[in-house]
Amino acid sequence: MFGDYSLADLSSIFVMQGFAGLILFSVYVLMALGLAIIFGQMGVINMAHGEFMILGAYVTYLCSTFFQTYLPSLFGAYFFVAMALAFLASGAMGMLVEWALIRHLYKRPLDTLLATWGLSLILQQAYRTIFGPREVGVELPSWMMGSIPVTDSIEVQINGLFVIAVTTVITLGVAVLMYRSRFGAQIRAVMGNRPMAGAVGIDTEKVDRTTFGLGCGIAGIAGSAFTMIGSTGPTSGQLYIVDTFLIVVFGGAASLLGTIASAFSISQTQSTLEFFLSGSMAKVLTLLAVVGILMLRPQGLFTLKVRR
Amino acid sequence: MLQTSASPHVPPVVPGTQAILSISDLHSAYGQSEVLHGIDLYVAPGEIVAVMGRNGMGKSTLMKTLMGIVPTKSGTITVDGTDVTALKSHARVAKGLAYVPQGRMIFSTMTVQENIETGLTVTGSRKVPQDLYTMFPVLLEMKGRRGGNLSGGQQQQLAIARALASNPKVLLLDEPTEGIQPSIIREMGRTLKKIRDERGLSIVVSEQVLSFAMDVADRVLVIENGSIVHESLRADIDEAQVARFLSV
Ligand SMILES: Nc1ncnc2c1ncn2[C@@H]1O[C@H](COP(=O)(O)OP(=O)(O)OP(=O)(O)O)[C@@H](O)[C@H]1O
Ligand SMILES: [Mg+2]
Repeated sequence: MFGDYSLADLSSIFVMQGFAGLILFSVYVLMALGLAIIFGQMGVINMAHGEFMILGAYVTYLCSTFFQTYLPSLFGAYFFVAMALAFLASGAMGMLVEWALIRHLYKRPLDTLLATWGLSLILQQAYRTIFGPREVGVELPSWMMGSIPVTDSIEVQINGLFVIAVTTVITLGVAVLMYRSRFGAQIRAVMGNRPMAGAVGIDTEKVDRTTFGLGCGIAGIAGSAFTMIGSTGPTSGQLYIVDTFLIVVFGGAASLLGTIASAFSISQTQSTLEFFLSGSMAKVLTLLAVVGILMLRPQGLFTLKVRR
Repeated sequence: MLQTSASPHVPPVVPGTQAILSISDLHSAYGQSEVLHGIDLYVAPGEIVAVMGRNGMGKSTLMKTLMGIVPTKSGTITVDGTDVTALKSHARVAKGLAYVPQGRMIFSTMTVQENIETGLTVTGSRKVPQDLYTMFPVLLEMKGRRGGNLSGGQQQQLAIARALASNPKVLLLDEPTEGIQPSIIREMGRTLKKIRDERGLSIVVSEQVLSFAMDVADRVLVIENGSIVHESLRADIDEAQVARFLSV
């Protein structure tokens, strides 16, 4: 499949597809971070995670329309506002869902799976009713459009750079929160041993709710980023949720670093292969590779070396 | 069979002082099967009480019920005058209970220092008090190490330090000597008494090792099948009789 390209062409292709892969990687990382935090903390597999992402995408869309109509002079800055609002909206909905639904189903993993799956259907229908079945796209401010030439044959898109920067900041933020803050220590204590965490004085219910909100809020930001690489429809989240699960499992659910490494390898493989093969063939090959590796390392890429 | 207190509703040690922990007619169950059948226990300020009993007699269940990990079916638990029976675990910690579980249960992926800091949650303070490290110097040496990589004895010290970090009025210890070598057991007895003397808190410790209980406790109770069947002050304990309860 490489035969028709010269060596110089090939390297440009790899660099540019690699870069396109980085945007996908960013969305994956943000999605997987949220999913992994929630799963690690509560053992809840949130099947509606994709819909929380899409909520963020719709918020971004609403924001862009609002700024276009009412505040065109500030349009250049709207994306920052949109990301903050997407985080808040998805986070608030996450906390509401945790309070209304999830907390009644702890220790019943199958029920949470079904309940969150049902929730995802409800949310999809709600989006269809509110925003209509047609996909919507956002208008980017002019400074985010266009690309920077790196060499004659390689150029990188500005919005891609922006998404990568945002992802880096958020990932670092989450890492600091988890490993340097007192709240992060409480999350990890609850993850480690829930009854004991309560017995040392940690309000585990509050930690659960906040963590669920945080994970969903990050999915909302992923939704903001997502608007740059795809158009937003009621069921767009579905396309991402399977890949995200894959990433979490592949990375080893307990490890932040594992999640990032796995998102990176999966998105890069996917994006590079996509250039040469059809999208679904690329997916098949990626999946096969992941399944193969998981058979050799069922615990995922990364695990903590500690006696339990 | 109760030997001392005539009425269980009077703290037996120093009549007239208010009990720091009082438990009356406590019943608790795992699902349908009731394990504690009406426990009455009064602990005076600064007192060390040992609860002895063979395997499966309900010592751990008593501790877990006091902490709110196993639900109370009926009865009341009062800490320093506050009824905590309806409170969640974390709120009981805020009221002055602290717990060192059987098997330590430290957070194995967190560092020693982080483990101790989890105990600070209800106090609102951020810094591990220096006197905890003074009491357990080995923890200072290893404060950056993951808790799961400590030896059993070190983990036991960590679990005690974590419990003390919340500044408790009553410290509950569930079989602290389990799996620990005799010389360290004696050392731990000294430590417990020192903690009591320095901090003026009360300690309820469950035990199977009679010599350890005789060493640390002011009062010894025996629990059998979820009821207290024997109680005596250390001064007038009949060791042979207690030993009979503990042998199979
Ligand atoms: N999670 C549980 N579910 C049901 N029954 C339990 C549970 N934990 C303990 N039990 C039962 O409750 C009774 C008391 O157990 P408990 O753990 O309190 O004993 P113990 O005195 O602490 O014993 P040991 O010295 O072995 O630690 C036992 O009969 C035990 O089988
Ligand atoms: Mg026990």
